[in-house]
Amino acid sequence: MHEMSLAEGIVQLLEDQAKAQDFSRVRQVWLSIGELAGVEAEALAFCLDVVSRDTLADGARFHFVRQPGTGWCLACSQSVAIHARFDACPLCGKHQVQVTAGDEMRVSELEVE
Amino acid sequence: MCTVCGCSKGNVKIEGRAPGGVKFPYRPHHAHAHDHDHDHDRHHHVHAHPAPAIPAEQAAEHQPTLSQQAGGAALHYGQGAAHAHAPGLSQARMVKIEQDILSKNDGYAAQNRQWLRDRGIFALNLVSSPGSGKTSLLAETIRQLGRDTLVYVVEGDQQTSNDAERIRAAGAPAIQINTGKGCHLDAHMVGQALEQLNPADDSLLLIENVGNLVCPAAFDLGEAHKVAILSVTEGEDKPLKYPDMFAAADVMLLTKIDLLRHLDFDVDVCIANARRINPKIKVLQLSSKSGDGMDLWIDWLLLEMNDAQLVKQREVARLRQQIAALEQRLQERS
Repeated sequence: MHEMSLAEGIVQLLEDQAKAQDFSRVRQVWLSIGELAGVEAEALAFCLDVVSRDTLADGARFHFVRQPGTGWCLACSQSVAIHARFDACPLCGKHQVQVTAGDEMRVSELEVE
Repeated sequence: MCTVCGCSKGNVKIEGRAPGGVKFPYRPHHAHAHDHDHDHDRHHHVHAHPAPAIPAEQAAEHQPTLSQQAGGAALHYGQGAAHAHAPGLSQARMVKIEQDILSKNDGYAAQNRQWLRDRGIFALNLVSSPGSGKTSLLAETIRQLGRDTLVYVVEGDQQTSNDAERIRAAGAPAIQINTGKGCHLDAHMVGQALEQLNPADDSLLLIENVGNLVCPAAFDLGEAHKVAILSVTEGEDKPLKYPDMFAAADVMLLTKIDLLRHLDFDVDVCIANARRINPKIKVLQLSSKSGDGMDLWIDWLLLEMNDAQLVKQREVARLRQQIAALEQRLQERS
Protein backbone atom coordinates (compact mmCIF):
# COMPACT_ATOMS: atom_id res chain seq x y z
CA MET A 1 0.00 0.00 0.00
CA HIS A 2 0.99 3.62 -0.56
CA GLU A 3 4.57 2.61 -1.28
CA MET A 4 5.13 5.85 -3.20
CA SER A 5 4.44 7.99 -0.13
CA LEU A 6 6.70 5.77 1.94
CA ALA A 7 9.50 6.07 -0.63
CA GLU A 8 9.10 9.88 -0.57
CA GLY A 9 9.25 9.75 3.21
CA ILE A 10 12.43 7.66 3.18
CA VAL A 11 14.26 9.99 0.78
CA GLN A 12 13.20 13.02 2.80
CA LEU A 13 14.41 11.32 5.95
CA LEU A 14 17.78 10.74 4.25
CA GLU A 15 17.96 14.41 3.26
CA ASP A 16 17.23 15.50 6.84
CA GLN A 17 19.88 13.12 8.15
CA ALA A 18 22.37 14.43 5.56
CA LYS A 19 22.05 17.90 7.07
CA ALA A 20 22.17 16.68 10.66
CA GLN A 21 25.10 14.28 10.25
CA ASP A 22 26.98 16.02 7.46
CA PHE A 23 27.11 13.61 4.56
CA SER A 24 26.41 14.21 0.89
CA ARG A 25 25.86 10.77 -0.63
CA VAL A 26 23.97 7.69 0.48
CA ARG A 27 25.31 4.43 -0.89
CA GLN A 28 23.31 1.80 0.94
CA VAL A 29 20.22 1.85 3.12
CA TRP A 30 18.95 -0.89 5.42
CA LEU A 31 15.23 -0.79 5.95
CA SER A 32 13.57 -2.71 8.73
CA ILE A 33 10.11 -3.75 7.56
CA GLY A 34 7.79 -5.73 9.80
CA GLU A 35 6.02 -8.79 8.48
CA LEU A 36 2.70 -7.17 9.46
CA ALA A 37 3.49 -3.64 8.21
CA GLY A 38 1.47 -4.14 5.03
CA VAL A 39 4.37 -3.10 2.83
CA GLU A 40 5.22 -4.91 -0.35
CA ALA A 41 9.02 -4.88 -0.50
CA GLU A 42 9.12 -5.24 -4.28
CA ALA A 43 6.77 -2.31 -4.85
CA LEU A 44 8.70 -0.20 -2.35
CA ALA A 45 12.00 -1.05 -4.06
CA PHE A 46 10.51 0.03 -7.38
CA CYS A 47 9.25 3.33 -5.93
CA LEU A 48 12.57 4.01 -4.19
CA ASP A 49 14.36 3.56 -7.47
CA VAL A 50 12.14 6.21 -9.08
CA VAL A 51 12.01 8.64 -6.16
CA SER A 52 15.74 8.57 -5.34
CA ARG A 53 16.77 9.66 -8.85
CA ASP A 54 18.62 13.00 -8.83
CA THR A 55 18.77 13.02 -5.04
CA LEU A 56 21.60 12.26 -2.64
CA ALA A 57 20.49 8.61 -2.78
CA ASP A 58 20.68 8.29 -6.56
CA GLY A 59 21.85 4.76 -7.32
CA ALA A 60 21.83 3.69 -3.67
CA ARG A 61 21.21 0.05 -2.78
CA PHE A 62 18.23 -0.59 -0.56
CA HIS A 63 18.24 -3.68 1.64
CA PHE A 64 15.07 -4.98 3.24
CA VAL A 65 15.32 -6.65 6.62
CA ARG A 66 12.08 -8.47 7.38
CA GLN A 67 11.07 -8.39 11.05
CA PRO A 68 8.93 -11.32 12.25
CA GLY A 69 5.38 -10.72 13.43
CA THR A 70 4.70 -11.14 17.14
CA GLY A 71 1.46 -10.93 19.08
CA TRP A 72 0.25 -11.16 22.65
CA CYS A 73 -2.45 -13.78 23.12
CA LEU A 74 -4.96 -12.58 25.70
CA ALA A 75 -6.18 -16.14 26.29
CA CYS A 76 -2.73 -17.70 26.82
CA SER A 77 -1.18 -14.56 28.35
CA GLN A 78 2.00 -14.96 26.39
CA SER A 79 3.85 -13.81 23.29
CA VAL A 80 3.30 -15.85 20.15
CA ALA A 81 4.58 -15.73 16.56
CA ILE A 82 2.01 -14.66 13.95
CA HIS A 83 2.32 -14.11 10.22
CA ALA A 84 -0.84 -12.09 9.52
CA ARG A 85 -3.08 -9.77 11.50
CA PHE A 86 -5.94 -12.25 11.54
CA ASP A 87 -3.83 -15.28 12.50
CA ALA A 88 -5.16 -17.37 15.36
CA CYS A 89 -2.93 -18.02 18.35
CA PRO A 90 -0.75 -21.03 17.39
CA LEU A 91 -1.11 -22.38 20.94
CA CYS A 92 -4.82 -22.10 21.72
CA GLY A 93 -6.37 -21.42 18.29
CA LYS A 94 -8.27 -18.37 19.53
CA HIS A 95 -8.27 -15.01 17.79
CA GLN A 96 -7.56 -12.83 20.80
CA VAL A 97 -4.10 -11.90 19.58
CA GLN A 98 -2.88 -8.32 19.67
CA VAL A 99 0.08 -7.37 17.52
CA THR A 100 3.08 -6.39 19.64
CA ALA A 101 5.89 -6.38 17.06
CA GLY A 102 6.38 -6.77 13.35
CA ASP A 103 4.26 -3.81 12.24
CA GLU A 104 7.16 -1.34 12.16
CA MET A 105 8.71 0.43 9.17
CA ARG A 106 12.06 1.95 9.96
CA VAL A 107 15.24 3.14 8.31
CA SER A 108 17.78 1.45 10.54
CA GLU A 109 21.19 2.00 9.01
CA LEU A 110 22.93 3.88 6.22
CA GLU A 111 26.24 3.70 4.44
CA VAL A 112 27.10 7.27 3.57
CA GLU A 113 29.98 9.42 2.47
CA MET B 1 3.71 6.15 -9.86
CA CYS B 2 2.93 3.54 -7.26
CA THR B 3 2.35 0.19 -8.89
CA VAL B 4 0.15 -1.03 -6.07
CA CYS B 5 -2.41 1.68 -5.52
CA GLY B 6 -1.63 4.18 -8.26
CA CYS B 7 -0.93 7.04 -5.88
CA SER B 8 1.56 9.65 -6.96
CA LYS B 9 2.90 13.00 -5.96
CA GLY B 10 1.47 16.40 -6.75
CA ASN B 11 -1.96 17.61 -7.74
CA VAL B 12 -3.22 18.26 -4.21
CA LYS B 13 -5.74 21.05 -4.05
CA ILE B 14 -7.23 22.54 -0.92
CA GLU B 15 -10.28 24.70 -1.43
CA GLY B 16 -9.61 28.38 -0.91
CA ARG B 17 -5.90 28.05 -1.52
CA ALA B 18 -4.21 29.06 -4.72
CA PRO B 19 -3.11 25.93 -6.56
CA GLY B 20 0.62 25.51 -6.56
CA GLY B 21 0.96 27.50 -3.35
CA VAL B 22 1.57 24.37 -1.34
CA LYS B 23 3.47 21.43 -2.67
CA PHE B 24 2.46 17.93 -1.70
CA PRO B 25 4.05 15.73 -0.70
CA TYR B 26 6.09 18.12 1.37
CA ARG B 27 9.45 16.80 0.18
CA PRO B 28 10.95 19.54 -2.01
CA HIS B 29 11.67 18.36 -5.52
CA HIS B 30 15.16 19.75 -5.64
CA ALA B 31 18.00 17.97 -3.88
CA HIS B 32 18.81 18.66 -0.23
CA ALA B 33 20.02 22.10 0.79
CA HIS B 34 23.78 22.42 0.74
CA ASP B 35 24.31 24.21 4.00
CA HIS B 36 27.56 22.41 4.76
CA ASP B 37 31.01 22.90 3.28
CA HIS B 38 32.15 20.64 0.52
CA ASP B 39 35.52 19.07 0.71
CA HIS B 40 36.71 18.78 -2.85
CA ASP B 41 39.07 15.92 -2.13
CA ARG B 42 36.13 14.02 -0.82
CA HIS B 43 34.16 14.77 -3.94
CA HIS B 44 36.97 13.50 -6.06
CA HIS B 45 37.00 10.35 -4.01
CA VAL B 46 33.30 9.80 -4.58
CA HIS B 47 33.76 9.76 -8.30
CA ALA B 48 36.87 7.62 -8.19
CA HIS B 49 35.12 4.92 -6.17
CA PRO B 50 31.61 4.19 -7.35
CA ALA B 51 29.32 2.49 -4.84
CA PRO B 52 30.58 -1.07 -4.36
CA ALA B 53 28.40 -3.76 -5.80
CA ILE B 54 27.72 -6.12 -2.90
CA PRO B 55 26.74 -9.64 -3.94
CA ALA B 56 23.26 -10.55 -2.77
CA GLU B 57 24.46 -13.32 -0.46
CA GLN B 58 26.91 -10.94 1.21
CA ALA B 59 24.14 -8.43 1.79
CA ALA B 60 21.96 -11.19 3.17
CA GLU B 61 24.73 -12.19 5.55
CA HIS B 62 24.84 -8.68 6.86
CA GLN B 63 21.17 -8.59 7.73
CA PRO B 64 21.07 -10.67 10.93
CA THR B 65 23.78 -8.55 12.48
CA LEU B 66 21.65 -5.42 12.30
CA SER B 67 19.60 -6.07 15.41
CA GLN B 68 22.64 -7.24 17.33
CA GLN B 69 24.23 -3.87 16.74
CA ALA B 70 21.31 -2.07 18.28
CA GLY B 71 23.15 -0.86 21.35
CA GLY B 72 26.13 0.45 19.37
CA ALA B 73 27.32 3.98 18.78
CA ALA B 74 25.78 6.21 16.14
CA LEU B 75 28.69 6.08 13.74
CA HIS B 76 30.39 2.93 12.52
CA TYR B 77 33.48 3.44 10.43
CA GLY B 78 34.46 0.54 8.27
CA GLN B 79 31.60 -1.73 9.30
CA GLY B 80 29.30 -3.78 7.14
CA ALA B 81 29.55 -3.14 3.45
CA ALA B 82 32.41 -0.72 3.97
CA HIS B 83 34.62 -3.78 4.48
CA ALA B 84 34.83 -3.76 0.71
CA HIS B 85 37.17 -0.80 1.02
CA ALA B 86 40.56 -0.68 2.64
CA PRO B 87 39.92 0.54 6.19
CA GLY B 88 40.96 4.13 6.76
CA LEU B 89 41.01 5.04 3.09
CA SER B 90 37.29 5.03 2.48
CA GLN B 91 35.13 8.06 3.11
CA ALA B 92 32.13 5.79 3.41
CA ARG B 93 30.76 5.39 6.90
CA MET B 94 27.84 3.66 8.51
CA VAL B 95 25.19 5.70 10.24
CA LYS B 96 22.66 4.09 12.52
CA ILE B 97 19.48 6.12 12.60
CA GLU B 98 16.57 3.78 13.48
CA GLN B 99 13.96 6.27 12.33
CA ASP B 100 10.38 5.46 11.60
CA ILE B 101 9.59 5.95 7.92
CA LEU B 102 6.33 7.67 8.83
CA SER B 103 8.01 9.91 11.42
CA LYS B 104 7.52 13.01 9.26
CA ASN B 105 3.79 12.40 8.98
CA ASP B 106 3.59 11.46 12.66
CA GLY B 107 5.27 14.76 13.56
CA TYR B 108 2.63 16.74 11.68
CA ALA B 109 -0.08 14.54 13.22
CA ALA B 110 1.22 15.30 16.72
CA GLN B 111 1.04 19.04 15.94
CA ASN B 112 -2.55 18.64 14.72
CA ARG B 113 -3.47 16.61 17.81
CA GLN B 114 -2.04 19.28 20.14
CA TRP B 115 -3.77 22.05 18.20
CA LEU B 116 -7.11 20.22 18.50
CA ARG B 117 -6.59 19.36 22.18
CA ASP B 118 -5.81 23.00 23.04
CA ARG B 119 -9.16 23.98 21.55
CA GLY B 120 -11.26 21.18 23.04
CA ILE B 121 -12.10 19.89 19.56
CA PHE B 122 -13.02 16.21 19.19
CA ALA B 123 -11.77 14.90 15.85
CA LEU B 124 -12.60 11.68 14.03
CA ASN B 125 -10.98 10.22 10.92
CA LEU B 126 -13.66 8.37 8.96
CA VAL B 127 -12.37 5.65 6.68
CA SER B 128 -14.17 3.20 4.40
CA SER B 129 -14.46 1.85 0.89
CA PRO B 130 -15.97 4.17 -1.71
CA GLY B 131 -19.76 4.03 -1.59
CA SER B 132 -20.21 2.89 2.01
CA GLY B 133 -22.35 5.95 2.68
CA LYS B 134 -19.86 8.11 4.59
CA THR B 135 -21.13 11.40 3.23
CA SER B 136 -24.81 10.51 3.74
CA LEU B 137 -24.02 9.47 7.31
CA LEU B 138 -22.16 12.74 7.91
CA ALA B 139 -25.02 14.82 6.51
CA GLU B 140 -27.54 12.98 8.70
CA THR B 141 -25.26 13.28 11.75
CA ILE B 142 -24.99 17.04 11.22
CA ARG B 143 -28.78 17.32 10.94
CA GLN B 144 -29.38 15.27 14.09
CA LEU B 145 -26.79 17.10 16.16
CA GLY B 146 -28.68 20.27 15.33
CA ARG B 147 -27.70 23.90 15.51
CA ASP B 148 -26.45 23.75 19.10
CA THR B 149 -23.49 21.57 18.20
CA LEU B 150 -20.78 23.04 16.01
CA VAL B 151 -19.59 20.54 13.42
CA TYR B 152 -16.80 21.07 10.88
CA VAL B 153 -15.95 18.69 8.08
CA VAL B 154 -12.77 18.04 6.10
CA GLU B 155 -13.60 16.13 2.92
CA GLY B 156 -10.93 14.10 1.13
CA ASP B 157 -11.48 12.93 -2.42
CA GLN B 158 -9.33 12.48 -5.47
CA GLN B 159 -11.35 15.01 -7.45
CA THR B 160 -14.46 17.25 -7.27
CA SER B 161 -15.85 19.22 -4.34
CA ASN B 162 -19.26 17.50 -4.56
CA ASP B 163 -19.00 16.03 -1.07
CA ALA B 164 -18.08 19.33 0.58
CA GLU B 165 -21.09 20.89 -1.14
CA ARG B 166 -23.36 18.15 0.22
CA ILE B 167 -22.04 18.79 3.74
CA ARG B 168 -22.48 22.55 3.41
CA ALA B 169 -26.07 21.92 2.27
CA ALA B 170 -26.56 19.95 5.49
CA GLY B 171 -25.52 23.05 7.43
CA ALA B 172 -21.87 22.58 8.43
CA PRO B 173 -18.77 24.44 7.28
CA ALA B 174 -16.70 22.09 5.12
CA ILE B 175 -13.46 22.18 3.21
CA GLN B 176 -12.54 19.88 0.36
CA ILE B 177 -9.07 18.46 -0.14
CA ASN B 178 -8.48 16.96 -3.55
CA THR B 179 -5.57 14.56 -3.33
CA GLY B 180 -5.13 14.43 -7.10
CA LYS B 181 -3.33 11.17 -7.71
CA GLY B 182 -2.91 10.46 -3.99
CA CYS B 183 -4.78 7.64 -2.30
CA HIS B 184 -5.05 9.03 1.24
CA LEU B 185 -5.01 12.21 3.31
CA ASP B 186 -1.85 12.93 5.28
CA ALA B 187 -1.36 14.98 8.42
CA HIS B 188 0.23 17.90 6.59
CA MET B 189 -2.77 18.29 4.27
CA VAL B 190 -5.13 18.19 7.25
CA GLY B 191 -3.05 20.77 9.13
CA GLN B 192 -3.33 23.13 6.16
CA ALA B 193 -7.06 22.49 5.90
CA LEU B 194 -7.51 23.24 9.62
CA GLU B 195 -5.88 26.65 9.18
CA GLN B 196 -8.30 27.37 6.39
CA LEU B 197 -11.38 25.94 8.10
CA ASN B 198 -10.52 27.47 11.50
CA PRO B 199 -12.95 25.36 13.59
CA ALA B 200 -14.38 26.92 16.75
CA ASP B 201 -13.38 25.74 20.25
CA ASP B 202 -15.33 22.80 21.72
CA SER B 203 -16.58 21.72 18.30
CA LEU B 204 -16.69 18.39 16.48
CA LEU B 205 -14.33 17.84 13.54
CA LEU B 206 -15.14 15.04 11.13
CA ILE B 207 -12.46 14.15 8.59
CA GLU B 208 -13.82 12.08 5.73
CA ASN B 209 -10.83 10.29 4.28
CA VAL B 210 -10.47 9.17 0.67
CA GLY B 211 -12.61 6.08 0.03
CA ASN B 212 -9.91 3.45 0.40
CA LEU B 213 -9.53 0.71 3.00
CA VAL B 214 -5.80 0.23 2.47
CA CYS B 215 -3.63 3.34 2.50
CA PRO B 216 -5.31 5.65 5.05
CA ALA B 217 -4.68 3.01 7.75
CA ALA B 218 -1.02 3.97 8.05
CA PHE B 219 -1.43 7.75 8.15
CA ASP B 220 -2.20 9.35 11.49
CA LEU B 221 -3.90 12.71 10.95
CA GLY B 222 -4.00 13.78 14.61
CA GLU B 223 -7.52 12.47 15.18
CA ALA B 224 -8.84 11.06 18.47
CA HIS B 225 -10.07 7.89 16.76
CA LYS B 226 -10.18 6.28 13.36
CA VAL B 227 -13.72 5.15 12.60
CA ALA B 228 -14.08 2.39 9.99
CA ILE B 229 -17.40 2.45 8.19
CA LEU B 230 -18.64 -0.79 6.67
CA SER B 231 -21.98 -1.04 4.91
CA VAL B 232 -23.93 -4.29 5.04
CA THR B 233 -23.95 -4.44 1.23
CA GLU B 234 -20.20 -5.08 1.22
CA GLY B 235 -19.66 -8.55 2.70
CA GLU B 236 -18.97 -9.68 6.23
CA ASP B 237 -15.38 -10.76 5.51
CA LYS B 238 -14.15 -7.23 4.72
CA PRO B 239 -12.33 -6.88 8.08
CA LEU B 240 -10.31 -9.98 7.15
CA LYS B 241 -9.61 -8.74 3.63
CA TYR B 242 -8.40 -5.33 4.85
CA PRO B 243 -7.02 -6.13 8.31
CA ASP B 244 -4.72 -3.11 8.65
CA MET B 245 -7.62 -0.70 8.56
CA PHE B 246 -9.70 -2.57 11.10
CA ALA B 247 -6.65 -2.93 13.33
CA ALA B 248 -6.06 0.83 13.19
CA ALA B 249 -9.69 1.77 13.88
CA ASP B 250 -11.12 2.09 17.39
CA VAL B 251 -14.72 2.11 16.20
CA MET B 252 -16.55 0.26 13.44
CA LEU B 253 -19.86 1.58 12.16
CA LEU B 254 -21.99 -1.00 10.43
CA THR B 255 -24.19 1.11 8.15
CA LYS B 256 -27.24 0.67 5.92
CA ILE B 257 -28.78 -1.86 8.35
CA ASP B 258 -32.23 -0.97 6.95
CA LEU B 259 -31.21 -3.15 3.97
CA LEU B 260 -30.47 -6.24 6.08
CA ARG B 261 -33.81 -7.89 5.37
CA HIS B 262 -32.98 -7.90 1.63
CA LEU B 263 -29.51 -9.40 2.11
CA ASP B 264 -27.78 -12.55 3.36
CA PHE B 265 -25.37 -10.44 5.42
CA ASP B 266 -24.59 -12.07 8.77
CA VAL B 267 -24.04 -9.28 11.30
CA ASP B 268 -22.62 -11.58 13.99
CA VAL B 269 -20.06 -13.09 11.64
CA CYS B 270 -19.01 -9.62 10.50
CA ILE B 271 -18.52 -8.39 14.08
CA ALA B 272 -16.65 -11.60 14.98
CA ASN B 273 -14.36 -11.03 11.98
CA ALA B 274 -13.67 -7.45 13.09
CA ARG B 275 -12.88 -8.67 16.63
CA ARG B 276 -10.50 -11.29 15.20
CA ILE B 277 -8.43 -8.40 13.84
CA ASN B 278 -9.01 -6.01 16.70
CA PRO B 279 -10.38 -7.49 19.96
CA LYS B 280 -11.01 -4.00 21.39
CA ILE B 281 -12.98 -2.49 18.50
CA LYS B 282 -16.26 -0.79 19.43
CA VAL B 283 -19.12 -1.64 17.06
CA LEU B 284 -22.23 0.44 16.38
CA GLN B 285 -25.00 -0.57 13.95
CA LEU B 286 -27.04 2.10 12.27
CA SER B 287 -28.88 3.35 9.24
CA SER B 288 -28.77 7.01 8.31
CA LYS B 289 -31.80 6.46 6.08
CA SER B 290 -34.22 4.82 8.54
CA GLY B 291 -32.60 6.41 11.59
CA ASP B 292 -32.12 3.08 13.38
CA GLY B 293 -29.17 3.17 15.75
CA MET B 294 -28.45 6.85 15.04
CA ASP B 295 -29.28 7.78 18.64
CA LEU B 296 -26.46 5.59 20.01
CA TRP B 297 -24.00 7.10 17.53
CA ILE B 298 -25.07 10.66 18.38
CA ASP B 299 -24.90 9.91 22.13
CA TRP B 300 -21.39 8.54 21.75
CA LEU B 301 -20.29 11.63 19.80
CA LEU B 302 -21.71 14.00 22.43
CA LEU B 303 -20.08 12.04 25.24
CA GLU B 304 -16.67 12.09 23.57
CA MET B 305 -17.02 15.79 22.70
CA ASN B 306 -17.74 16.43 26.34
CA ASP B 307 -14.53 14.62 27.33
CA ALA B 308 -12.48 16.66 24.85
CA GLN B 309 -13.98 19.87 26.25
CA LEU B 310 -13.18 18.77 29.80
CA VAL B 311 -9.55 18.13 28.86
CA LYS B 312 -9.31 21.69 27.55
CA GLN B 313 -11.04 23.17 30.61
CA ARG B 314 -8.72 21.33 32.98
CA GLU B 315 -5.72 22.58 31.05
CA VAL B 316 -7.05 26.16 31.16
CA ALA B 317 -7.70 25.84 34.90
CA ARG B 318 -4.18 24.50 35.44
CA LEU B 319 -2.68 27.43 33.52
CA ARG B 320 -4.82 29.91 35.51
CA GLN B 321 -3.55 28.37 38.74
CA GLN B 322 0.01 28.79 37.53
CA ILE B 323 -0.64 32.45 36.69
CA ALA B 324 -2.24 33.00 40.12
CA ALA B 325 0.76 31.39 41.83
CA LEU B 326 3.17 33.58 39.84
CA GLU B 327 1.15 36.72 40.60
CA GLN B 328 1.26 35.79 44.27
CA ARG B 329 5.03 35.51 44.16
CA LEU B 330 5.26 38.84 42.36
CA GLN B 331 3.13 40.53 45.02
CA GLU B 332 5.22 39.08 47.81
CA ARG B 333 8.28 40.71 46.28
CA SER B 334 6.87 44.20 45.92
